[in-house]
Amino acid sequence: MKAQFSIFLRYFLSSARDLASIIAVIAFFQLIVLQQPIPNVGEILGGVLLVMLGLTFFIRGLEMGLFPIGESMAYAFARKGSVFWLLLFAFSLGFGTTVAEPALIAVAQEAASVAAVGGVIEETEMAMSRYAAGLRYTVAISVGFAIVLGVLRILKGWPIHYLIIAGYMGVVLMTTIAPKEIIGIAYDSGGVTTSTITVPLVTALGVGLASSIKGRNPMTDGFGLIAFASLTPMIFVMAYGMMF
Amino acid sequence: MEFLTVLASDFISTLKDVVPIAVIIFGFQLLVIRKAITNLKKVLIGFFYVLVGLTLFLQGLEQALFPLGKLMAAQLTDPAFIYNGMASVPTIIHWQDYMWVYIFAAAIGFSTTIAEPSLLAVAIKAEEVSGGAISVWGLRIAVALGVAAGIALGTFRIITGTPLQYYIMVGYVVVIIQTFYAPKMIIALAYDSGGVTTSTVTVPLVAALGLGLASTVPGRSPLLDGFGLIAFASLFPIMSVMAYAQLSEWRVLKKQIKSEDR
Repeated sequence: MKAQFSIFLRYFLSSARDLASIIAVIAFFQLIVLQQPIPNVGEILGGVLLVMLGLTFFIRGLEMGLFPIGESMAYAFARKGSVFWLLLFAFSLGFGTTVAEPALIAVAQEAASVAAVGGVIEETEMAMSRYAAGLRYTVAISVGFAIVLGVLRILKGWPIHYLIIAGYMGVVLMTTIAPKEIIGIAYDSGGVTTSTITVPLVTALGVGLASSIKGRNPMTDGFGLIAFASLTPMIFVMAYGMMF
Repeated sequence: MEFLTVLASDFISTLKDVVPIAVIIFGFQLLVIRKAITNLKKVLIGFFYVLVGLTLFLQGLEQALFPLGKLMAAQLTDPAFIYNGMASVPTIIHWQDYMWVYIFAAAIGFSTTIAEPSLLAVAIKAEEVSGGAISVWGLRIAVALGVAAGIALGTFRIITGTPLQYYIMVGYVVVIIQTFYAPKMIIALAYDSGGVTTSTVTVPLVAALGLGLASTVPGRSPLLDGFGLIAFASLFPIMSVMAYAQLSEWRVLKKQIKSEDR
């Protein structure tokens, strides 16, 4: 019990340090540059305390739950030796974690209103929500595809930079032919797809796979799944924009 | 009371995020792998902690940082602040007038990245896997510097109204060139750090800054010019992380040469 408590205390203190810089930035700009008092100091301090507590629980939970399960599943799949199931798992993980992502839902809705204003789709509630839903599934499928590709890369030991460079070329090529309105959203959608729960899980999966397969190095081969997951949505979203 | 209902709704939305993941993991574990999970109780407690942690985290952000951050983004981009002391807002804008916006963009980019939980998760794994060659703090600071530079340049782009794709393409070329010179072990991690920087903390604040700018700078439309900051924030860390690795490799090399001289 006492040991648990001291672990929590240590995490709590490091969360406090992580947040100190945000607080400093906000205080500096509010008090010195804008020269205005900070409103609701009590509520803000309460909020900061909640953020610190939340970060503490999150990191502890990562080490107890998400990291070990991600790695143990990677080992189990490697021992089982069934590539089909592993790839199906990779796809489900990518698709399942993205489709419900709140940041993505928000971006998809904004994209729909951009499309409506630009005259690409009708400016009705129904047309916009259909466009947004289509975009969401497009991104989710592209992330699923990205994780599959990333896992295949780890299995085969392909060097990552050729794939990424090919991806960049895909993005550049699509940019030249995609409608102008969609480009900003497409570029942003790469960044918003990877949520706080997906990242640790996918990282643990990659590192676990790379360390359980002979001849793979967890450092050079284990990372890179997230990179694919933030590259493919750009290409897919531009393709989606071209279909209308 | 109101606090509790907000907390409950945050908890439910986090739960919605976690449930599909839990279903996939436990489904595959039970149906495909068909083996009991080792330390099941500990793993479940861990999931519960993650859930509780994210709920408190989001609630705290919404209560404290987001309103203030968004308010500040709006105030800093307000023409009344930028052209303070001038009789009227000039019709031709100079990008130099927005100095405080760039500084704010860089500062907020840096500090939110340091607090980003998914980056911390990747940094912990990277330190563990590299046997300490990459430190948690080294990686986090390198990424945060990248995000700071990226977002500052992104606000410059919104103010000048130059096309996003040119910046991104030049960025790609730099990344590709760096890839061939950077130490091999950092490459995959560097590519990853582009994607992990932009999540819970950074996206809402940065999006507010972008939309605020695009709606107040004359001649910009929030719908067409407000996007793109996230793209900058996920491209620049790739460069800064590779640069960090190149720098530390170069320092080690220099030390070796020195000791050989003796």
